Amino acid sequence: MSVPYALLGLLEREPSHGYDLKRDYDALFGRGRPLSFGQVYATLGRLARAGKVVVGETEAGAGPDRKRYVITETGATEFESWLAEPVEAEPHLQTVLFTKVVLALLLDRDAEAYLDAQRAAHLKRMRELTETKRTGDLVDALLADHGLFHLESDLRWIDLTAARLDALKREVLP
Amino acid sequence: MTTLVEARDVTLSFGSTPALRGASLSAEAGEILAVMGPSGSGKSTLLHCLAGILTPGSGEVRFDGRRVDTMGEAERSALRRDRFGFVFQFGQLVPELTAEENVALPLLLGGMRRGAAVRQAHPWFERLGLDGLERRRSGELSGGQAQRVALARGLVASPRVLFADEPTGALDSLTGEQVMELLVSAAREEGTTVILVTHEPRVAAYADREVIVRDGRTTSIGVIS
Ligand SMILES: Nc1ncnc2c1ncn2[C@@H]1O[C@H](COP(=O)(O)OP(=O)(O)O)[C@@H](O)[C@H]1O
Ligand SMILES: [Mg+2]
Repeated sequence: MSVPYALLGLLEREPSHGYDLKRDYDALFGRGRPLSFGQVYATLGRLARAGKVVVGETEAGAGPDRKRYVITETGATEFESWLAEPVEAEPHLQTVLFTKVVLALLLDRDAEAYLDAQRAAHLKRMRELTETKRTGDLVDALLADHGLFHLESDLRWIDLTAARLDALKREVLP
Repeated sequence: MTTLVEARDVTLSFGSTPALRGASLSAEAGEILAVMGPSGSGKSTLLHCLAGILTPGSGEVRFDGRRVDTMGEAERSALRRDRFGFVFQFGQLVPELTAEENVALPLLLGGMRRGAAVRQAHPWFERLGLDGLERRRSGELSGGQAQRVALARGLVASPRVLFADEPTGALDSLTGEQVMELLVSAAREEGTTVILVTHEPRVAAYADREVIVRDGRTTSIGVIS
């Protein structure tokens, strides 16, 4: 799932408190499915145990949320390779695709190159399914068609998003 | 594998409107290459440059190692007639001719005698599921049948390259898929190289590979750097 990567991406931007991470995650990716604090801290805990983030000293001051999280070299490397890698071309990817595009823009990476790579991965999968359809029986063909229609709608979304990257960038950057 | 069709840094403007701003691609012998991109991105213009129909403002176009962009018009039209076949989206059949004569047309224009041309056209009717329609005129054919006749005409002279510009663009998706299936099978059997212009991913998925055109430029598939 993309929640841990989204948090790593937000930490790659700047070291943050759990509260800030939740607020930014909800604003950028939450859309009706906000993270609970429990999820945020459980995810940060797992990332910390895996050496991908470190937890700073408890800061003096008010409020319960007084620890700052910092991404490590390992965490940053893992985030970068996740971001660069096209998602395996299966239907219903909108959430992951969207998360990658927004994070790429937020961190001033080449979101268009990511979309190009994703388009190529989708087309490759569509070629495989088309070959199955051409050589298989009717049941294979119908199943392949189902996949093809979904991948095609993903691709339409990719094209539209690519055409609107500038506007989206203005919207996600503060 | 040898490169059969190649464009290098091709530019072309219609008056002051740049349609191509540096397009490059190459296709191997026997390869089916999809040229994709949004409407108005320059796909058809690129295809016309590759086929020697339009002359680029700059850049190079090659067929089988020969420069097409610097050829004289007579040599180019011979190349189009003898080495290239064409299928377009609409209105390509001559309405006064029967389906059989339409298929035979490239052979007739190449100087073949009528009887021989019609004999060479004939097997394509069975091959493309058109039996019994030989004597129909284009007004008496469905869209899918007309497009299969056009495909037969594009392939009848055994071209090295078939240039297909949105060949299923006017068809519903099932009929379009049947045409694509026939196009791809026939091209594979004949070893014909296909340059397939389409904005539809489902059509492009019949190709071996794709090139994307955006704002008159071909994009190479990148990774995030
Ligand atoms: N004959 C023409 N005269 C003037 N402009 C043209 C002509 N043909 C194409 N164009 C313009 O060149 C650009 C590319 O067109 P085209 O190659 O037909 O795109 P595509 O096939 O990708 O839809 C468009 O802006 C189009 O309006
Ligand atoms: Mg066009």
